[in-house]
Amino acid sequence: MTAVRIALAALAAVALPLSAQTIKFGELNSYKVFPAFLEPYKKGMELAVDEVNAAGGVLGQKVEVVVRDDNGTPGDAVRVAEELTSREKVVLLMGTFASNVGLAVSDFAKQRKVPFLASEPLSDKIVWEGGNKYTYRLRPSTFMQTQMLVPEAAKLGKKRWAIVYPNYEYGQSATAAFKKQMNVTQSGGLVFIELAVPLGKIDPGPVVQALIDAQPDAIFSSLFGPDLARFVREGQLRGLFKDRPVFNLLGGEPEYLDPLKDEAPVGWYVTGYPWYAIATPEHQRFLKAYQAKFNDYPRLGSVVGYSAVIAAAAAVKKAGSTDPEKIVAALSGLTFVSPFGSVTFRPIDHQSTMGAYVGRTAVKDGKGVMVDWKYADGKDYQPTDAVVRTLRPQ
Amino acid sequence: MTFASFLLQLLNGLSSASALFLVAAGLTLIFGVTRIVNFAHGSLYMLGAYVAYGAGDALAGMIGRGGASFWLGLLIAALAVAIIGALIEVVLLKRLYAAPELLQLIATFGVVLIVRDGVLAAFGAEDLLGPRAPGFAGTFSLFGHPVPQYDLFLMTVGPIVLVALTMLVTRTRFGVLIRAASENRALAAALGIDETRLFTAVFALGAFLAGLAGALQLPREPANLGMDLPTVADAFVVTVVGGLGSIPGAFLAALIIALTKSMCIALGNMEIAGIGFAFPKLTLMAEFVVMAIVLALKPQGLLGKPPAAPTTTVLPEQRELVRAPGRRDAVIAGTLVAALAALPFLGDDYAVVLATDILVAALFAASLQFLIGAGGMTSFGHAAYFGVGAYFAAVAVKHALPMPASLALAPVGGLLAAVVFGWFCVRLSGVYLAMLTLAFAQIVWSIAFQWDSVTGGSNGLVGVWPPPMLSARTHYYALALAVVAIGLAALLRLSRSPFGFALRGARDSPLRAAALGIDVPRTQWRAFALAGLFAGLAGGLFAFSKGSISPETLAIPRSVDALVMVLLGGLNALFGPLIGATVFTWLADWLARITEYWRAGLGILILLLVLAFPMGIGGAVARLTKR
Repeated sequence: MTAVRIALAALAAVALPLSAQTIKFGELNSYKVFPAFLEPYKKGMELAVDEVNAAGGVLGQKVEVVVRDDNGTPGDAVRVAEELTSREKVVLLMGTFASNVGLAVSDFAKQRKVPFLASEPLSDKIVWEGGNKYTYRLRPSTFMQTQMLVPEAAKLGKKRWAIVYPNYEYGQSATAAFKKQMNVTQSGGLVFIELAVPLGKIDPGPVVQALIDAQPDAIFSSLFGPDLARFVREGQLRGLFKDRPVFNLLGGEPEYLDPLKDEAPVGWYVTGYPWYAIATPEHQRFLKAYQAKFNDYPRLGSVVGYSAVIAAAAAVKKAGSTDPEKIVAALSGLTFVSPFGSVTFRPIDHQSTMGAYVGRTAVKDGKGVMVDWKYADGKDYQPTDAVVRTLRPQ
Repeated sequence: MTFASFLLQLLNGLSSASALFLVAAGLTLIFGVTRIVNFAHGSLYMLGAYVAYGAGDALAGMIGRGGASFWLGLLIAALAVAIIGALIEVVLLKRLYAAPELLQLIATFGVVLIVRDGVLAAFGAEDLLGPRAPGFAGTFSLFGHPVPQYDLFLMTVGPIVLVALTMLVTRTRFGVLIRAASENRALAAALGIDETRLFTAVFALGAFLAGLAGALQLPREPANLGMDLPTVADAFVVTVVGGLGSIPGAFLAALIIALTKSMCIALGNMEIAGIGFAFPKLTLMAEFVVMAIVLALKPQGLLGKPPAAPTTTVLPEQRELVRAPGRRDAVIAGTLVAALAALPFLGDDYAVVLATDILVAALFAASLQFLIGAGGMTSFGHAAYFGVGAYFAAVAVKHALPMPASLALAPVGGLLAAVVFGWFCVRLSGVYLAMLTLAFAQIVWSIAFQWDSVTGGSNGLVGVWPPPMLSARTHYYALALAVVAIGLAALLRLSRSPFGFALRGARDSPLRAAALGIDVPRTQWRAFALAGLFAGLAGGLFAFSKGSISPETLAIPRSVDALVMVLLGGLNALFGPLIGATVFTWLADWLARITEYWRAGLGILILLLVLAFPMGIGGAVARLTKR
């Protein structure tokens, strides 16, 4: 089976040489390490390429996305980035998933002076401490997504918070941001009990029991993927979530909510993507096109992949050239239409204003869904410009 | 923490221990009899979970969802995995029993790659959460706390399997054969025991246990593509701590490790003498710390026995000395360096980048080849020295040291790490030694992963670029070529020096070497340090070629890559590391560009290469030219 696929792929590579008259975007990502997110992401990109080319391409040329697997490691990512820039002559780089890979490629972009559109990595460092002229980031950062949940959390007036998080950059910054913002928003006397778990290896029994013993009033979690599923199942069995509000970053993303099926938690506060309920024209158009092409519903990854290609195409169009410096200049303040509506890359820190949907979880027809949601526009969940200037090297 | 919650955490530890034991039991059984370090054990475990999900789902469609569909699905999964295990043994491993033991490890690594892509193709990318176990879906109350019934169920399955396996080994004819074969394979064969069928049966039984363990995990965690490697690492640790081949040992080790971890989580963040300790963060390395301590105190694991028959890591053919480089080799090497030096003039910048990667990998592989080939000491954690070297260079350059000085610190870092770890490691031998190197590598990894202020934590450090003069791809390549050429020549010179001969003597016959006045442990320790030094140098070159480093430079996959390169090239072949690094790096790069399923492709090619060239490509070339 696999051998046949390889043979076919090899044949396709030989038999269909793409015309030289294309504008190439170099996309690198950890397709085999985070397939649940990145397979829909790839489909989103395909849809966007179709649409851009159907509309006549960019600068009179077709657009092509050259896709490479970075194997989830910064070392390999830098190597494929070298290949994409030197051999494929891509006009810009895009993609990456994990923070360490995103930061490495961002630094590579600075060194080699190539535009880089970091589509997925959430690390605040990509636009702040580690920010550079050549790197722009699409998705709402860890800080922004945490910020979106804080108002609801502060409203509850709970004093004693248990925080459980995967022990790496994303979980650590989510935890730090949450503590900081809560202390600002809800004055005084807050207690935080933290529990770091190894990514992908949560031992749910001891973790849930330790959280019960801590007797928190509420819980903030940044778990996702298999860790989240194990935590939810064990926590429900042991009654951890009874009478305790739970906030879970990313918990409403179909990638992580759907596998839970009818065991999806009820009433959790999450950020996510209720694709079944968003009625805006931009989203409806995207949804119909996506379902028509793939006979499947979009995940959040689909939206990110789609938007990244649309943004890249818009940047080249605005630059009116494939010159890297002109593309970088064009990205600053660039506005384009994503399935979530209009999005702008902030000139001050190169973060896009793409937002996320904030709501509560429920179970409907044996599936986890988001209800009572609203769109949190990314532009409203930023630190003040003065703060950003202190965070980002100028 | 109240006493009640302490007891509850104890129960949690027990049920985790049971799950851990189930995976490790199969691994230790397989190793005990066949001496195969089955890297694919975690993949079999993952397959168990996926097949149980698929079979349970299909059965639910036929006979309705319920107890029958779940438990039958579980049984089908275990049996299916047993059959897959038997197939792996018959089709693949059977052909490799005459090859060096390490080659089987590489072959099973090929299987890991194929299984992961196969599962992705068959079951899709989304995590698959199975149903709760019918009959054990609820909780019972203990000290007013609900405890999952399934935990209790798991807690009983472990001991049942332990007793059943012990009975099988001690009371049945099959068990007698297993024991005979694990005591002395050659004698057992001479007495007319059909080894081949026995090995297949044992491998199938081990796979059955792995599949069962995976299937039993389904009510607790969704079947997902990340189950394989963490599981096999854990299972290795349990197996080694318990003593290779010892099933009760594995049980004891699983208990100790699972309880240690659950207690780390239970303790939470505490303040001891004014210093904050985040005990839960220790779970990243708890099992490896346990393993390092146990092996330092008991070199054969808790209940392991010293091997009755001496085990060797290399075949007689492989023990041949690395040839003294003759005139022809000098010509080849000279031509090679000249050709490589001409590469930048072809005008393909990416070829230069790829060649830099290959050169760095070749030096790294050569340092490991020196340790394994000449020293007879297998390292599963060689990335530790590579990574420490990379970190030394990166941290130095971030503290504004000039690049040449920073690069010079890289080998110092590798050397220091190897001196410390080597002191412990050379007291062990064989797989125990290899596992202790792995333990040290994982401990270093988890320190780098969490020491934010110095190492940058999980993100690592960025901005580690060479100065403008060297930043052009071709310039850096020239530097790498010069450093690697000198490094490779130095390693070759070392293995032909009196020290190298003493090292070989210590490898082939420690007793005779000692009688000749060679201080065996000290000689091996020095070899360890030297291997660390060159690995560190490769790490430093790596850091500046990528402009960034992260804990990934220290992680298990990098150690495995180096092993694969060494074995593909040939354990004692003159140009082995260069050949292995070229073939492996180039294949991975090429496959990733032509197919989405490049991992499986790489796995298949590794299997083919291993089957075609059991002595490595370099070894095969050497044999051909000798004729």
